[in-house]
Amino acid sequence: MFGEFDTQIVVKSLPFLWQGLQLSLLLTGLGILGGVAAGTLLALMRLSSFKVFSLFSATYVNLIRSVPLILVIFWFYFLVPLAIGRPVGSFYSALIAFIIFEAAYYSEIIRAGIQSVARGQVWAGQATGLGYWQIQRYIVLPQAFRNMVPILLTQAIILFQDTSLVFVVSLRDFMTASAIVAQKEGRLVEMYTFAAAVYFVICFAGSMLVKRLSKEIAR
Amino acid sequence: MITIDHISKWYGKFQVLADCSTGIERGEVVVVCGPSGSGKSTLIKCVNGLEPVQEGAIRVNDVAVTDAGTNMARLRSQIGMVFQHFELYPHMSVLNNICLAQEKVLNRSREEARAKARSLLQRIDLSDQADKYPGQLSGGQQQRVAIARALAMDPIAMLFDEPTSALDPEMINEVLDVMVELATEGMTMMVVTHEMGFARKVADRVIFMDEGRIVEDAPTEEFFNTPRSDRAQAFLAKILQH
Repeated sequence: MFGEFDTQIVVKSLPFLWQGLQLSLLLTGLGILGGVAAGTLLALMRLSSFKVFSLFSATYVNLIRSVPLILVIFWFYFLVPLAIGRPVGSFYSALIAFIIFEAAYYSEIIRAGIQSVARGQVWAGQATGLGYWQIQRYIVLPQAFRNMVPILLTQAIILFQDTSLVFVVSLRDFMTASAIVAQKEGRLVEMYTFAAAVYFVICFAGSMLVKRLSKEIAR
Repeated sequence: MITIDHISKWYGKFQVLADCSTGIERGEVVVVCGPSGSGKSTLIKCVNGLEPVQEGAIRVNDVAVTDAGTNMARLRSQIGMVFQHFELYPHMSVLNNICLAQEKVLNRSREEARAKARSLLQRIDLSDQADKYPGQLSGGQQQRVAIARALAMDPIAMLFDEPTSALDPEMINEVLDVMVELATEGMTMMVVTHEMGFARKVADRVIFMDEGRIVEDAPTEEFFNTPRSDRAQAFLAKILQH
């Protein structure tokens, strides 16, 4: 097995692996979008002066952050179908689990971002008669997100790696696709080395981007 | 136009405003001064409800700021406010800073808002800075833009919260000049400031605060020439000795 390193097998399975990578990227992208949207809402609730909202948000975040991601995926794949009487499907259980899970982490990041915007900015908006949502939308969130871009991206890189967990609900992401080829062709070394290289390149490029953006923002 | 009626306010157990009462007539310019921590900035923020009060009532143009049912956004859109640290939106151009509330609150069209912004920028002599970002302007320029942003809403009164305290000395006058011009045009103004020269020049009345109380509330000449309380005398002696 360690005898000859067969690069042909990698080339041959590229189309199959590419499909897997597309799924990984799709899950990451949608997970970020949904997670940021839900996370923003949770952050605003957490900072709300209405006790019900802040309590709900705090409970949600603490609860989700106390369970492993794979458990949330199982909930949606196995338990939710029992409750609603029909299957959720692999893709949607994974996606919903990612969004629910990421929202908890993003909301803490976004909360810090919102709090980093000076109080006077809100006053300035209020003083000109803007309402709560207008102030968030036009004044606070744009500034908050600008400060948060690097850390949100870092979280996105982690999510990209975490998408490999979908093998538990038999989705063919990049990792699963690599594993399938590896097992079927008996080429474990080649496939797992290649998979590692791909993850490294994508995540390292992401980290570099984070570094550059951080510098840009610090300027 | 503005009536402040026996208001008190606490931060926890600490009382920041104690039974303050005063009023501002249409077209009047009132300067509020006093040592730091005397509650003057808090008082002016109560006038448009940025800070809530626990006791008493404030009315602006016969609308009660302190009533729960009042449409605060509508009321605030009629009162301009200028802050110590300018509070321009750093992610928007100067022009957009002045246009935002015009479009979103007054529902003016983009063209209308821009035209208004440009005419105000011309008035404060910053026409050539319209497309710059606040961070590219000097402090004095930023504060003039902040005044323009407030004026763009066609306010019935203007509140100034220490508008020159964060400025380098050489930039104070360019801001005061704009304020003097406003005052002479008949704008109703409440100004928290230590600029006694400005007070002498345009204020109709001066309010002196100390430890959350309004200690003196007198016509400008009277306040400077014959301050009644010891504390106001001591304050004036300190601030005017140069």
